[in-house]
Amino acid sequence: MADEKSNAAAYWKANVRLIFGCLAVWALVSYGFAILLRPLLAGIPIGGTDLGFWFAQQGSILTFIGIIFFYAWKMNKLDEKFGLGE
Amino acid sequence: MSQFAINLLFVGASFALYIGIAIWARAGSTKDFYVAGGGVHPITNGMATAADWMSAASFISMAGLLATGGYANSSFLMGWTGGYVILALLLAPYLRKFGKFTVPDFIGDRFYSTTARTVAVVCLIVASVTYVIGQMTGAGVAFSRFLEVSNTWGIWIAAIIVFLYAVFGGMKGITYTQVAQYIVLIIAYTIPAVFIAFQLTGNPIPMFGMFSTHNESGLPLLEKLSEVLVELGFRDYAADVDNKLNMVLFTLSLMVGTAGLPHVIIRFFTVPKVADARWSAGWALVFIALLYLTAPAVASMARLNLMTTIYPEAAGQVENYEEAMAEPILYEERPDWFRTWEETGLITFNDLNDDGRIQFYNDANPDFADTAEARGWAGNELEVNNDILVLANPEIANLPPWVIGLIAAGGIAAALSTAAGLLLAISSAISHDLIKKTINPGISEKGEMLAARISMGGAILLATYLGLNPPGFAAQVVALAFGIAGASIFPALMMGIFSKRVNSKGAVAGMLAGLIATLLYIFTYLGWFFIGGTNMLPNTPDNWVLGISPLSFGAIGAMINFAVAFAVSSVTEEPPQEIQDLVESVRSPKGAGAAVDH
Repeated sequence: MADEKSNAAAYWKANVRLIFGCLAVWALVSYGFAILLRPLLAGIPIGGTDLGFWFAQQGSILTFIGIIFFYAWKMNKLDEKFGLGE
Repeated sequence: MSQFAINLLFVGASFALYIGIAIWARAGSTKDFYVAGGGVHPITNGMATAADWMSAASFISMAGLLATGGYANSSFLMGWTGGYVILALLLAPYLRKFGKFTVPDFIGDRFYSTTARTVAVVCLIVASVTYVIGQMTGAGVAFSRFLEVSNTWGIWIAAIIVFLYAVFGGMKGITYTQVAQYIVLIIAYTIPAVFIAFQLTGNPIPMFGMFSTHNESGLPLLEKLSEVLVELGFRDYAADVDNKLNMVLFTLSLMVGTAGLPHVIIRFFTVPKVADARWSAGWALVFIALLYLTAPAVASMARLNLMTTIYPEAAGQVENYEEAMAEPILYEERPDWFRTWEETGLITFNDLNDDGRIQFYNDANPDFADTAEARGWAGNELEVNNDILVLANPEIANLPPWVIGLIAAGGIAAALSTAAGLLLAISSAISHDLIKKTINPGISEKGEMLAARISMGGAILLATYLGLNPPGFAAQVVALAFGIAGASIFPALMMGIFSKRVNSKGAVAGMLAGLIATLLYIFTYLGWFFIGGTNMLPNTPDNWVLGISPLSFGAIGAMINFAVAFAVSSVTEEPPQEIQDLVESVRSPKGAGAAVDH
């Protein structure tokens, strides 16, 4: 029982760490590159505009898809590792 | 065949398709949906989620907002897609593990309180009704155009059809209908976009065409667009925003709102396993992204097409814009699409300087006033409703009539599927969560159904009234719904999973504080219950607290919700042991059975 509990706690801790990592990327591309850091990226031209504009209207969405699939793949491995899969 | 007949044909054929699928897939009772739903593949579920979720706001209004706002309105793109990241990481797998069907069910059980359940129902209804208004205005625009009636009649027709659709069909429940709706919707959206991208840039893929060279002028498309806009006193398309705080908060509001909308969350209860809930969110976003990556291209190209239609001389390589802008088209020579849209009242021309030409420029820009005066312009003469842009786009670009029929079918599919879904969410909240679980547990099944239908009818009437007197464009009204859902429901769900310490008192106080703060802020600027003229302060950036717009306040409301919930919980008792065990079990995927019926 104690083992099961600590196993579940370790699983949850690993999950939360992974979530933090994913959300850091999520925030970086949207709030970072596309909004707050846009002036810093202004010098990088992309087809008639700048990289910040591209992240705001294209790049962030593509990154979001990547994040969700990465998280799903990584969590499946965690489920297996901790023996908590279905 | 006339355009009117073609429109009718396409819309009629798509309706026949949905009804056919609904009859074919209808294995028995509505209950079948939940069981059959349990066996839905993540990709199929993702596609259905995308159809359920992409509404009139996504299909009709978003490109219009991007076209007028340019970069500044990118929040809509990031907000409505980024929310799926939050949903996939923070909510979907755990709510799937919890294994019941409604959002108030989770909140009521986790916070072991009928009050919490009731508050969740109220938040759900407020958010959903606001969201339906946006669908009604959007569907009204689509109907007014393709049935060639006034906008008011368009909204009434939409209301009647939604009512029939939701009350008798219950079609929303059938996943395969939604898959068909998604396919109609995405084809309708991308085909015109591919044509236009190819016409303008030679690159048929809209998301690349947008960053390619504009054929006629030889300049990059976005650069050409900005050049034309600036010459007419409009904002540079890619101009940065001054108020970044507001943009960040607005994006955040849309994200947490997406993750807090009940009819989206419900979809993740229907996949077989917790792992599938994670994959499903990813697939939903892939299907949504097909439209969302195309929308900015549609927006920029439609804006450029509109400008060069009015100012034909400005389309090519322009040496001297002063000359090019001197001769906009004559009103008498306006194109056919202009005439048909004028009949809906969504495009209006007023010849202020009596020269018979259409001057379309930004007369609100003080820096441009001298130039306008020198050109003999007496004010902007053309008003174009944002919402018509996507629907008029194929006509502006002279695409064949069947493309126009297709887009009418797509726009209506988007508005109706979401409206019907929301109405079902509202009526189930009233009949199941409120009446059966709270007020009158002994109610018969017949009585529950009757209550569901009456509440659906009431919700449609309310939404129609507000659709006729809307507080903004479809996408903006929808944005308010997101703010409300984000400020009330999302924080309660997240705390229910990630904290064992938040108790019933904290959750109730937090939800109420978040909802009330958000509503007060919105009503202050948009009028009490959105009734025009009852606002206490003018809705302009100067009057907003710290420049935060009412649309962006949902993020602040969510923060208030979190803060109040933690504060109240920390001075009151811990949740009982069985609730802490419930949280433990929700966190682990092990032992997730099929979702149970309620």
